[in-house]
Amino acid sequence: MNALEIKKLFPILNQEVNGHPLVYLDSAATSQKPISVLETLQKYYEMDNSNVHRGVHTLGTRATDAYEGAREKVARFINAKSTQEIIFTRGTTTAINLVAGSYARQVCKPGDEIVITQMEHHSNLIPWQQAAKATGATLKYIPLQPDGSILLEDAEATITENTKVVAMTYVSNVLGVVNPIKEIAEIAHRKGAKISIDGAQSTPHKKVDVQDLDCDFYALSAHKMCGPTGIGALYGKKELLDNMDPIEFGGEMIDFVDLYESTWKELPWKFEGGTPIIAGAVGLGAAIDFLQEIGLDEIEVHEKKLTAYALDKMKQIDDIEIYGPLENRAGLITFNLGDVHPHDVATVLDSEGVAVRAGHHCCQPLMRWLNASATARASFYLYNTEEDADRLVEALVKTKEYFGHEIG
Amino acid sequence: MKLDDLYRRVIMDHYKNPRNRGELNDGSVTVHLNNPTCGDRISLQMEIGNGIVNDAKFTGEGCSISLASASMMTAAIKGKKFDEALKMADDFSNLMKGETPEFEYEDIEALSGVNKFPARIKCATLAWNAMRKGIEEGQEK
Repeated sequence: MNALEIKKLFPILNQEVNGHPLVYLDSAATSQKPISVLETLQKYYEMDNSNVHRGVHTLGTRATDAYEGAREKVARFINAKSTQEIIFTRGTTTAINLVAGSYARQVCKPGDEIVITQMEHHSNLIPWQQAAKATGATLKYIPLQPDGSILLEDAEATITENTKVVAMTYVSNVLGVVNPIKEIAEIAHRKGAKISIDGAQSTPHKKVDVQDLDCDFYALSAHKMCGPTGIGALYGKKELLDNMDPIEFGGEMIDFVDLYESTWKELPWKFEGGTPIIAGAVGLGAAIDFLQEIGLDEIEVHEKKLTAYALDKMKQIDDIEIYGPLENRAGLITFNLGDVHPHDVATVLDSEGVAVRAGHHCCQPLMRWLNASATARASFYLYNTEEDADRLVEALVKTKEYFGHEIG
Repeated sequence: MKLDDLYRRVIMDHYKNPRNRGELNDGSVTVHLNNPTCGDRISLQMEIGNGIVNDAKFTGEGCSISLASASMMTAAIKGKKFDEALKMADDFSNLMKGETPEFEYEDIEALSGVNKFPARIKCATLAWNAMRKGIEEGQEK
């Protein structure tokens, strides 16, 4: 694949910021959107917009077909057995909250355990904290190695016969760690627990097969994978979803409503109360088409090469501290530049047209583990090039010069 | 957007050599504030009595702008009456909106450039919000 050609498909990347061509290195926060996704959204609103599963009229049918067609695309994309296993949500956060709010609260009781890791994003940590508090279950953490990765033997020791749910991210949004999900799913199942995967940072960048991973739940967000904001999906094994209660009630999700009792629709609609995010789902479908046309394996190889290239150059900068493992890492690099606070780094980089994230990345417990109040992060995607990495490194050198000079 | 508008020498001096960094032994008011979006933290202690801020010190973590602002704020409010300190906080808010209020402690005016960097305004205002909160708590006592 040719990243330079791909970049041209993203109108937003063709602009100057602060007098420099934009180098967007914040795709782990949200990715940019290709023209095909933007046109799909525009066309949906111009031609097909209508509510779904209600109208008898033609637009209603078109909107329903587009919405349910998007569900089929998601199901095929992650290799779910059927569309009944795909629930549209507002994003990864809402998807995880559904598992923690419905499944975990139904199955956990005092003495049970929920097992997570300290590398989790707040959205895969707080829902479990709350579920543990509500049910009297104990929240346990699989410890991290010095490079931020986890060992299978630690997973084996932390997950016990009392564990009901194991929840962890596939790819860390700070460390770039890629967790051995398939192996941990095997451990969890052997001990009678279910495993819920935060796929926010993995789905955009690598081929995901939920049946091969044998995960019980898998959450994803469209906006990190070239799709619109406000839409994501929860995959869940049908037999689990069938036995779960909805946590949102309203139109769309009901079968029969009486004055004092109601019944729910079948899967997946029983979890989709209210008018769904129709255009968002259609946009997600277009994003999946776009990614599949390029090929997830190609994207992963490109990012690996680019990250290795950038790491090599960044390591040569004096006083830089790079977090996370050097091998087997995803396409993002979290770092600190000597004493210069990451906000200051990000501001100087921005003045050079280079967009990076600075802060705690919604991972306060992980920041404490790293002993850093904040970090800077450059994250790569399919439209980033070696030239982008060069521009980052040049801007970092300038940052050092600027602060060295100003402070000294 | 010029970096030198943001990082003026006087700001870098306060960042590198913060005034009033530390803890008071008998701080009568302690305020912890953080900026949940970026992780900046300040712990401000003020010794107050008879409606006057007698002393102020801070500890915390943050970028150059937030630490320099805390340094300047503590230097500026020492010996000030509550209403004078609160007026200064109002003036500081206006400074962040692009207005040009004057400050008796002139170093503060160097932070006017932050206005051109909207993402950094919350860094600059953290210490001032802490002071406002501390005085409100002090007034209730």
